[in-house]
This record gives sequence, C-alpha cells and structure tokens, in this order.
Amino acid sequence: MRDFILFTLIVAAGTGGELCVSRAMKSVGEAASFHPAEILRVILRAIRQPFMWAGIGMMTLAFFALLGALSIYNVSFVVPVTALSYVAGAFGGVIFLHEHVGPRRWIGVLLVALGVTLVVLGKG
Amino acid sequence: MSRDIPTASHHKPLRLKTFLMIFVMIIAGPFGNVLLGRGMKHIGSLALWPASQLLHTGLRVFSSASIWLGIASLIAFFVSYMLALSWADYSFVQPASSLAYGVVALLSWLILGERVSPLRWAGIAIICLGVFVVSHTAPRTTTRKTAG
Repeated sequence: MRDFILFTLIVAAGTGGELCVSRAMKSVGEAASFHPAEILRVILRAIRQPFMWAGIGMMTLAFFALLGALSIYNVSFVVPVTALSYVAGAFGGVIFLHEHVGPRRWIGVLLVALGVTLVVLGKG
Repeated sequence: MSRDIPTASHHKPLRLKTFLMIFVMIIAGPFGNVLLGRGMKHIGSLALWPASQLLHTGLRVFSSASIWLGIASLIAFFVSYMLALSWADYSFVQPASSLAYGVVALLSWLILGERVSPLRWAGIAIICLGVFVVSHTAPRTTTRKTAG
C-alpha cells in the first residue's frame, strides 16, 4: 500500500506538473538566445505564469514521493517504474481530455508497460 | 501562424541549441536522480510520525550534500528542459529524452554499484523504445480553437 501511494504520487503529480509547465512555457514563448539576460527574461516571464506555479507545486509533491521511494529502493528500479507516467498519460488523455490515441501510441504504451513489468520482475 | 514555419537561416542553429539542451537533459536528470538515491540510502529509514520525527527526518534530508547536489543537477535538467520546450515541440523533446532511462541505469550501476539484473536491463531497453514510440506520434489529436 505504501509503495502504491508513493509510485502513484510520483507518476500522477509528476505528469500533471509537466503538463502545467509545458503549458506555461508555451505562453512564455521562445528564448531568442543563450545570452544570460535573455535566459533571465525567460525565467522572469515563466514565474509570472500561474500554470508554472501549479506545475511546480505538483512536481514538488512528486519530488518528495521520489525521495521516499529512493530511501527504500534502488535508483535503477525507481526511475524506470516512473515511466508508467506514459501509460497514465495515454489513459488520462482518452478519459479526461477526450484525445484520440492512435494505434502507434498504444503500441508505445504497451511497450512501456511491458518494460516496467520486466523491471519489477527483475527486482530480486 | 507564420512563425510556425521557420526559415532556413533560423532552423539550423535552433536545432543545434535544442540538441545541446537535450544532451544536458539526458545527463543532468539521471545524474540528479543517482545523487538523490545516494543521499537517501545514506540517510536510511525515514520516520514521518510524530511531527517531531518528521522535522528530524526533514533536517537530515536537507543537510545531506548529495541531496543538494542532486537538486542542483535536477535544476540544471529543469532549466534545459524549459529552454528546449521553448524552442521545440514537446513531441520532439520527449522522444529524445527517452534515452534518460538507459542513462539512469548505467549511472546507478557505475556510481552506486547497483546490481542491475539482465531482466531489468531488458525492461529498461523496452521502456526506452516504448517512450520513443509514444512520443514520436502526432503531437495534437484534438482540434485547436483558432481566433480567425
């Protein structure tokens, strides 16, 4: 049960956080150069986006869950299992956002699920 | 929509910068996770209750050098990820970052001396492939509302 809560938090809060950050960065627009002033300008614009803060909040939650999981299991086990976010993302997209998920993407999702299963089986 | 069509002169340096940022992402992200793993293993079991124990645990976590180095590395990952996303589509950045799952296993084997079984290597390889396939599909499957 403890493992289920930890990995669910890592996957769900992590994916939600990434989506929020991605959405915020689209509103910020392109970084025109590598110049420090330009990078600072992008960062200052980014932190004014509410979606950026929602994303950071969810990613913080996922981060503490990750620390919890890393205190129990090996890195080479915990990180691959978090790839389940791709499986969650596909189902979440279909159920909540009514996206159309094509056969190619389902194949990818199936491969990720298969890979995670092997990682879990190879735990011992 | 004219800014969606890059001119030849803008396209090439943009790709180079994006690839550089993706390279930073697939090294800094896994390296950060490995450092966090090292820090948390060093701290040992976590007591979360009662509140005084939670405070004690929090102090131990955030007084670890490995944890702070891991956080710094993840911040480097996060900044490069944000920059890459501002130049390129999520659907371009994400497939490339699928390599990070391989890198994290490699680093945890090399740095932490974790024993990675052949079955786990196989699983990780399939995850990389799966993430690549998932991310390499059409980025938009719903119609966008346009102003005109």
